[in-house]
Amino acid sequence: MANTQELATAMETRLETIASRLRELVAHLRQQRAQLREEWARLITEAKLLTAMTKEEIFAEATSVYDNYVEALETGTYEALQAYARNLSERIIPRGVETHEVVGIVLLLRDVLARSLFAKYREDFNKLNRILDAYEPAANRIAGTVAVGFVQERERIIREQQEAIRELSTPVLQVRERLLILPIIGVIDPQRTRQLTEQLLRGIRTNRAKVVVLDITGVPYIDSPVANHLVQTVEAARLLGANVIVTGLSPEIAQTLVNIGVDLGKMNTVGDLQGGIEEAERHLGYKVVLTQEQSAAHSA
Amino acid sequence: MQVPILKQGAYLIATVQSALTDEDLKQLRDTLVVSVSKVRARGVIVDVTALDVIDSFATRTLRDVAHMIRLRGAETVIVGIQPEVAFSMVKLGLSLEGIATSLDLEEGLAYLDRKGKGPEHEVRTHR
Repeated sequence: MANTQELATAMETRLETIASRLRELVAHLRQQRAQLREEWARLITEAKLLTAMTKEEIFAEATSVYDNYVEALETGTYEALQAYARNLSERIIPRGVETHEVVGIVLLLRDVLARSLFAKYREDFNKLNRILDAYEPAANRIAGTVAVGFVQERERIIREQQEAIRELSTPVLQVRERLLILPIIGVIDPQRTRQLTEQLLRGIRTNRAKVVVLDITGVPYIDSPVANHLVQTVEAARLLGANVIVTGLSPEIAQTLVNIGVDLGKMNTVGDLQGGIEEAERHLGYKVVLTQEQSAAHSA
Repeated sequence: MQVPILKQGAYLIATVQSALTDEDLKQLRDTLVVSVSKVRARGVIVDVTALDVIDSFATRTLRDVAHMIRLRGAETVIVGIQPEVAFSMVKLGLSLEGIATSLDLEEGLAYLDRKGKGPEHEVRTHR
């Protein structure tokens, strides 16, 4: 019992000393603000980090990072710093700042501050040690926070862009009255499949299409769930009164379709997009003829 | 709710106005099959634009209607299936195999007109 209590008291004192050391540290950093900040900005330029930004911008950002950094050390809360890191990332990612640069500058700041501590306490090695005990975990945590914030922001941007690409990835184009083509490029994942179905069926409705050519020349392979979904989409299109012609099936996709036992009576396939469009035109009663001059030129 | 059946030239048009119970569906089937020869119709159009759901019973009834009407010498077209409905039908494995479907009423009429001119028609209608 006595032991636990002693331990608790010891822990409390330890925490208190850490807090008081951090306070001392923060006071020092506040006092040296101008000088350390400049030193840091100089090191950043020297290390050729943040090359996408001007010197003034680097200095301005360095100032705010510095202040946020000191504040995080003082309060022990990282929310403000996190928010700032996210905000900073938002501003600098579009300018092509890389992850290693952001990590690099934070680590540089850590080193600059550590150096100044060495300089200040070089007379008293024990005290330096104690101060570093308090400083290092906090500094590492800050570095981690900023780096993670940056990477998260980056990932968010990537996700957004993926979304945008996905939206653009299934165009529905009308090539003739009542004839649509849907060229699909790239791997079809389940989400894209759903979108494809939706676009196709909606396209049939809005364009009053009778024939749709679904060109999958640009699709390297599909797995069986996607293949099944594709077949279902073709059937659903038929319920809307439209014929779907699938073109450009690669040998691998043909294999997959045969493996899932697709009913070829339901699925109309033609070798390539040109063939598909020709077939569709026949179906719609179009006949494409060369103009006279052109055919003369051909025979000549 | 009863489904009104209108005569338009050589065709009968049944436009579903709201969700149908199984009873309504059966009644629609029976009425259509009887009236198709009564008015000597060459084609029947069932417009399901208003339906948000087409379940297995409805699908089967529609299929039965089409087959019975074909046996009685006319063609059936189901028109106006909504995109979402179409896809959920396929997902549930409900198919209208061998039955003509069209986008809407206009398309359905055009389809029947084409059918009426085709050579198939000559063979099939020996009334």
